[in-house]
Amino acid sequence: MSKTVKLRKGLDIRLVGVANKVKTDVPMPKVVSIKPTDFHGLTPKMLVKEGEAVTAGQPIFQDKYEEVIKYVSPVNGTLKAIVRGAKRRIMEVQIDVAETQDFDGGSAIDVAGMSGEQVKETMLSAGLWPFVKQRPIDVVADPNQTPKAIFISAFDSAPLAPDFDFVLHGKNKEFQAGLDALAKLTEGKVHLTLNGKMPADATFTEAKGAQINKISGKHPAGNVGTQIHHIDPINKGEFVWVVNAQDVAIIGRYFLSGKFIPKRTIALTGSEVKDPNYMDVIIGTNVADILKDRITSDNVRVISGNVLTGEKIEADGFLGFYDNQITVIPEGDEYKFILTKGWLGPGFDKFSNSRLFPTFLTGNKKFRLDTNLNGEERAFVVTGELEKVFPFDIYPMQLVKAAITDDIDNMEALGIYEVAPEDFALCEYVCTTKINIQDKIRNGLDLIQEECM
Amino acid sequence: MKFLEKIVKKNAPKFAKGGKLEKWYPLYETLSTFAFTPNHTTKRGAHIRDGVDLKRTMMTVIIALIPALLFGIYNAGHWDLAVELGNRDLPFWADQGEKIFRGLMIVLPMIVVSYGVGLGMEFIFAMRAGHGLHEGFLVSGMLIPLIMPADVPLWMVGVATAFAVVIGKEIFGGTGMNILNIALTARAFLFFAYPTSMSGDKVWMSGLEDKQALAEKSDAVAQQMDGFSGATALGDAASFMSDKMTVAGTEVTSDAAVSAFESTYSQMDAFIGMIPGSIGETSVIAILIGAALLLFTGVGSLRIMASFFAGGWLMGVVLNAVGGNPYFDLAAEYHLLIGGFAFGAVFMATDPVTAAQTGVGKLIYGFFGGVIAILIRVLNPAYPEGVMLAILFMNVMAPIIDHYVIQANVKRRMKRLKTA
Repeated sequence: MSKTVKLRKGLDIRLVGVANKVKTDVPMPKVVSIKPTDFHGLTPKMLVKEGEAVTAGQPIFQDKYEEVIKYVSPVNGTLKAIVRGAKRRIMEVQIDVAETQDFDGGSAIDVAGMSGEQVKETMLSAGLWPFVKQRPIDVVADPNQTPKAIFISAFDSAPLAPDFDFVLHGKNKEFQAGLDALAKLTEGKVHLTLNGKMPADATFTEAKGAQINKISGKHPAGNVGTQIHHIDPINKGEFVWVVNAQDVAIIGRYFLSGKFIPKRTIALTGSEVKDPNYMDVIIGTNVADILKDRITSDNVRVISGNVLTGEKIEADGFLGFYDNQITVIPEGDEYKFILTKGWLGPGFDKFSNSRLFPTFLTGNKKFRLDTNLNGEERAFVVTGELEKVFPFDIYPMQLVKAAITDDIDNMEALGIYEVAPEDFALCEYVCTTKINIQDKIRNGLDLIQEECM
Repeated sequence: MKFLEKIVKKNAPKFAKGGKLEKWYPLYETLSTFAFTPNHTTKRGAHIRDGVDLKRTMMTVIIALIPALLFGIYNAGHWDLAVELGNRDLPFWADQGEKIFRGLMIVLPMIVVSYGVGLGMEFIFAMRAGHGLHEGFLVSGMLIPLIMPADVPLWMVGVATAFAVVIGKEIFGGTGMNILNIALTARAFLFFAYPTSMSGDKVWMSGLEDKQALAEKSDAVAQQMDGFSGATALGDAASFMSDKMTVAGTEVTSDAAVSAFESTYSQMDAFIGMIPGSIGETSVIAILIGAALLLFTGVGSLRIMASFFAGGWLMGVVLNAVGGNPYFDLAAEYHLLIGGFAFGAVFMATDPVTAAQTGVGKLIYGFFGGVIAILIRVLNPAYPEGVMLAILFMNVMAPIIDHYVIQANVKRRMKRLKTA
């Protein structure tokens, strides 16, 4: 039984710099980096020393407490450096890319004849497991659990997000192989949720072995958390696994070729990018070459991911493990005079969900927004504004307050098991308080994981 | 504005930690963030943020209050002149210049005292906490004068403001943390501490008390003031509650009392606001202009406003049906026009900090606020104005309303768990 969901709440932030549907070639990067910080809560245990040679698909570190979960090198090369942060925490594992890579050839693995347990073992040892994330808590899935369902979102509704229909066009076989493998992991259903507003690519519409649902509405309609909530909500004690659509294709590629080929198509977007478009890159690629000659102003912020949930990286930093996009927007570290661009100004340059700014008059105009907070942090005063962009049957402000006060009972009662930090990204955007709401939810989830799981 | 920006930047080190003027940092922060949105950028989470901030939100409420303030100034001037001339039937729209001047002389000092005392108190607490002023009092400081009678002594405004800011807000943690509406706390403080200055029929027109004192000494003044009443519509209506209903000294029937009331305060007069009362509360038109702005911008909650009016009107209809004395018989829509009902519904009940915070909770909160306001008005002769007490009562009840609304949501989730 496929489901159709219509959302009334949400917000599409209209930004300048959506990617044109053309691909440019980028050369193989000289360095790639796998960042253990991309996997929340992971304590990595290194398996390779600095200076040692690695091949694509070879484990370079593993989860210290769940040793079966391996994290593998995306390329042939040598381990260049292990970058450590405060308290010697491993921040990055950088690998010098060798000149010869062999992503071609290999023989297919027959998924149909495998049991769920065998698929799981294959994925764990091949380094595919980190692509599978679990709800609740929003971390790499615990392989000891069985999920009641697996959810895949066939579109991304975040600002300037890449168009999955374009990205996965013609990759029907890989996507289908990935779906077949994932279907073995659950006794429940695999849900593939399409955008109800526009026709999807054949890769998605012709997918077999999955329940195809449709959801329409503004962002966060494309967030898998929203889809789970409306299609098969999570109760306490239940697990749902989620996989990004492009990662399904990467998993599929492994089963088709027997090789870990960590290539994905990313969108280079944002108001400060010249001719934003798409490109095929390696996971963890250095972005310096990608951004070369493409940035139109000096004082910019480079984000791996989208503007709402992405990570800030340096202009010579590395693409995040899960990210399908790079966004470049202006930094907003300037004073804004009260009557021109400040809080009493006309505000035609600001995008606001409230009617305190004339955004509602601007039709489809796209905005060039910077990273200024546009105000100072305050206590919660205004009510009802988070609810407008939060399409869950959950009281967002009350849940955030419970998370801030470490109130486990209330967090559980108010639905913390159904949310991930990214579900609160829009709340964080619109909130008058300027509080880092995603951070608060993450801390709440950490506490829940520690005390209740 | 480059030179201003230079000044702000140049002086920043002096107020920073270790600087010469470190302890005055809150003052620097308040002034610099007033003139400039600071250069803070997002550090974690969403990289871009909505343009809205608390300053703009609060400023919108102040702008929404301007029509009521302007009308209040004129109205205060009008009644001041009426007392001076001893003529209650003075034409409302004549002598505008004089009335505006008189009104300004009454209202401006109250605004100055309210802001001066309130911001002073807030600043002391901000210095202790080491941060700039938060914006909440910008609105409270304007609301307080607007809900005072015209003849209230300035020192009372100051004392009430200080009480409201310190006891009503700062001891709970400042803006966003208070349980009771600040402005109503100030008014309630005066209402119970100095009842003779906050109710009765001498306080609503500036200078009336002095003039009546003078009348006892001088026959000429006494003659002039003979039959001059300083009562408000609410005061007159409340007198219906006494056993003897009198019009001009002679006892009359219930119907006659109501019609005498209606001829003194026509619905149109009450709607426009040409009646005595607290400074900002009389003109329903001016208040509705403000309400339109609040609703359009989304700063004020439509749920609360609408349900507050609905609750008040329904209670009026119920009392009409019960009947018994003329106050019960007063048309339900009258209640929405006289006294502070409209002002309370639009500017007081909708204070987001003290109102209910859930969608359904707001409906319940507003509805019972309206019901209780009229209930107190009509059934309790000691408190002619029930709106203030009703809203304060509902402020206290709001968390309980929210609790039950949220529990319904929690139960839904629990039920799903059981059936799953």
